[in-house]
Amino acid sequence: MNDLATYNFAYLDEQTKRMIRRAILKAVAIPGYQVPFASREMPMPYGWGTGGVQVTASILGPNDVLKVIDQGADDTTNAVSIRAFFQKVADVAVTTKTKDATIIQTRHRIPEETLKEGQTLVYQVPIPEPLRFLEPRETETRKMHALEEYGLMHVKLYEDIARNGHIATTYAYPVKVEGRYVMDPSPTPKFDNPKMHMSEALQLFGAGREKRIYAVPPYTEVVSLDFEDHPFEIQQFDKPCALCGAENVYLDEVVLDDKGGRMFVCSDTDHCEDRRAHGHAGQMLARPTQESQEAAE
Amino acid sequence: MYVAVKGGEAAIANAHRLLADRRRGDRSLPSITIEQVVEQLGLAVDRVMAEASLYDPALAALAVRQARGDMIEAIFILRAYRTTLPRFGYSEPVDTATMKVERRVSATYKDLPGGQLLGPTFDYTHRLLDPSLIADEAVAEPAAKEPGEHVMRVSDILDGEGLIEGDGRMPEGHVMGDLTREPMEFPMARDLRLQALARGDEGFLLALAYSTQRGYGRTHPFVGEVRIGEVEVELDLPELGFAVSLGLIRVTECQMVNQFKGSAKQPPQFTRGYGLVFGQSERKAMSMSLVDRALRTDEFSEDIVAPAQDQEFVISHADNVQATGFVEHLKLPHYVDFQAELDLVRRMRREYEAARAGGEDGMKEAAE
Amino acid sequence: MAAQSQIYAGAFADPVFQAQSVFRALMDCFARPGTVASLAALASPPSPLGKASGAVALTLCDHDTPVWLSPALAKSAVPQWIAFHTGAPVTETKDDARFAFIERGGAVPSFDQFALGTQEYPDRSTTLVIEVEAFTGGQPLIAKGPGIKDETIIAPTGLPDLFLEFWTANRAIFPRGIDLLLAAGDAVLCLPRTTKLSLDENARDTGGKPPHTFPYPARKEA
Repeated sequence: MNDLATYNFAYLDEQTKRMIRRAILKAVAIPGYQVPFASREMPMPYGWGTGGVQVTASILGPNDVLKVIDQGADDTTNAVSIRAFFQKVADVAVTTKTKDATIIQTRHRIPEETLKEGQTLVYQVPIPEPLRFLEPRETETRKMHALEEYGLMHVKLYEDIARNGHIATTYAYPVKVEGRYVMDPSPTPKFDNPKMHMSEALQLFGAGREKRIYAVPPYTEVVSLDFEDHPFEIQQFDKPCALCGAENVYLDEVVLDDKGGRMFVCSDTDHCEDRRAHGHAGQMLARPTQESQEAAE
Repeated sequence: MYVAVKGGEAAIANAHRLLADRRRGDRSLPSITIEQVVEQLGLAVDRVMAEASLYDPALAALAVRQARGDMIEAIFILRAYRTTLPRFGYSEPVDTATMKVERRVSATYKDLPGGQLLGPTFDYTHRLLDPSLIADEAVAEPAAKEPGEHVMRVSDILDGEGLIEGDGRMPEGHVMGDLTREPMEFPMARDLRLQALARGDEGFLLALAYSTQRGYGRTHPFVGEVRIGEVEVELDLPELGFAVSLGLIRVTECQMVNQFKGSAKQPPQFTRGYGLVFGQSERKAMSMSLVDRALRTDEFSEDIVAPAQDQEFVISHADNVQATGFVEHLKLPHYVDFQAELDLVRRMRREYEAARAGGEDGMKEAAE
Repeated sequence: MAAQSQIYAGAFADPVFQAQSVFRALMDCFARPGTVASLAALASPPSPLGKASGAVALTLCDHDTPVWLSPALAKSAVPQWIAFHTGAPVTETKDDARFAFIERGGAVPSFDQFALGTQEYPDRSTTLVIEVEAFTGGQPLIAKGPGIKDETIIAPTGLPDLFLEFWTANRAIFPRGIDLLLAAGDAVLCLPRTTKLSLDENARDTGGKPPHTFPYPARKEA
């Protein structure tokens, strides 16, 4: 049983890679359409990034530099685990620097730094079907996509407005791709939706458990659904990042103590570190820096 | 900042060391061998092989041990190995009529050719804890230990009179599907449904089968026959022009006989539900056959009124590796999305408070 | 026997990494229509199939992908070569084909004879591989659509006369339709069904202008 450990480069066998590669090419050719594929069992659980891992494993080569993030951070446990998996099975170079990566696998965020031509962003997707919570049946949702019948989605969003005065969807906010397919951007906060529009990078989406792959090619229209009197808007934060002072970025709320103390810091850890390395300092860092300067004097 | 801390790698490594420690347990006790698991926890091994769809007792036993006895975890480990195996070809259908039968019971006839063969069953044991197992007392040899015998199928008795529908046949030209190689599509043909059920979670199928007995999609079932034994697996090699035997596997087969009143097109006759699983598992094979029959609504123009009849519901949720992954993924960090929701709830509360304050002011003004 | 050696030779020496490099080029080209990429790995299929088309077949075809071959290819040793190296069944029915190959100068059937997918499953369509003379010197066409910033010009030589009509008809049935892969020498140019093509009325001769090539990011040496 010692020959058990003989796994192929990037884990997947070549036949599986070919099947996934064919699905990726069709996904690119039909932006926003979910291509069914024969998803495999992966050595990590369904729901933990098996779709993204299968896509990455199928496109990855020895010259790639891989970055893996979860919640925007390179050091969240699942990101660490997936990065370690690819180091083990593909001996691939890894980085935490967004700009150095050729492939970025992500769960729940799009990096703050604008992605460039030649980069590929691979999303881990739990529920690829944007209409799933309106209609649980695949047979029905497939018809709705075929007929471009998206009225139900608008009704749902409008009910939000009627009840709450605004659209109550904050993440996995549906988008329309190239004027045709309504697509689930994966559970990224709607803050990230505008980054998908006319991106220079290729965006690939893998849903392992639900067995779907879809794509947004570079320079493709991605429009968040909205209404004339209730235009789409993204989250705004009152304060800049407490560590690097960045504004107009997505922030995590960090609970500091049990007396209601809070601070808001960049969700994109690489972006935050990069800014700090370039001398930017937020409120929490500014004071210690001053003190240490004083101490040095 | 439990997740955002540096050193996630070290934390994971430490957790895995702890897991290895717990798995090994008290070092003063001997470690269980794979052979011991295969020999003494054979039904656990069988379930793992069945739901992982890989017939290899040694690897299944390794998975059981590696998973500390967690069956779904063991199934998952073995499936993740199976998926990397190259596919050389597809075997011929096993011929269960030629099975070397170790156990065979029928509920529809008192006696029949070949007889009722109880075999190694828990049935009719009294479920009393047996202290002799603790003392590891010697176990007597069984009365007869012959390799098994060929016996006729019970369904053939009914078939001879034309009282039961034929053995399931797919339409002419139908290419057998494989849902581990092709994406699922609904409505799903019976061959793929049976594959999904054979790999499906025993507990889920048991509950669904039970629900049909309690009136949620009733099928009036009788156990035509349950048989357990070894069958030969053959691979047809076009280059050779004949099939070669790959070996014997132990399977459990259940033919459920169900009432059917007939329709405009068909005379009244019995219908079938079919179950076939790796290893010895009557519970799984019987559950499978009940659910198989319940799912055949389109063939018999039956209304879908119960969960067990709804193929999209049943097949989409039968896979325990998928189910456990997605349920358990909720423990992964979700704080980015939660932040977005937190922001929305705070905003809605502010609006609510403002509206209420406005309302109270309005009330006061009205009262004044 | 020469024919035999033709059939058994000419595949990738290092299938795992060569298939990966070819696939990445194809993915980038489909994501950026009009881009010409030289394949880093080539095949040596029997004549008259070209090196780049052969590499595409080795990269994407297998048991699960029926392949249609033009009459000239079907008569050559190519069917056996594809069967031996990829296991793909060769079909005579265009509508069954996941991939179709047409050699340089071969007659190109109208695209609607191939599998176009359905409204529910538009992905179930043929990917057509047509070999052309060159990617320069032909009638300039303006390409627009997903993957193209503003617009780009392509000018392949050796496209069938009715190409633009075929393509326009294909574009009109979106989301159904074939996807097209043009091959010349060691290079490919991809046109997914989303790309809109029109005659460049102003262009007289852009034949000398080099086509847009894909700027790969600086790759780290291992």
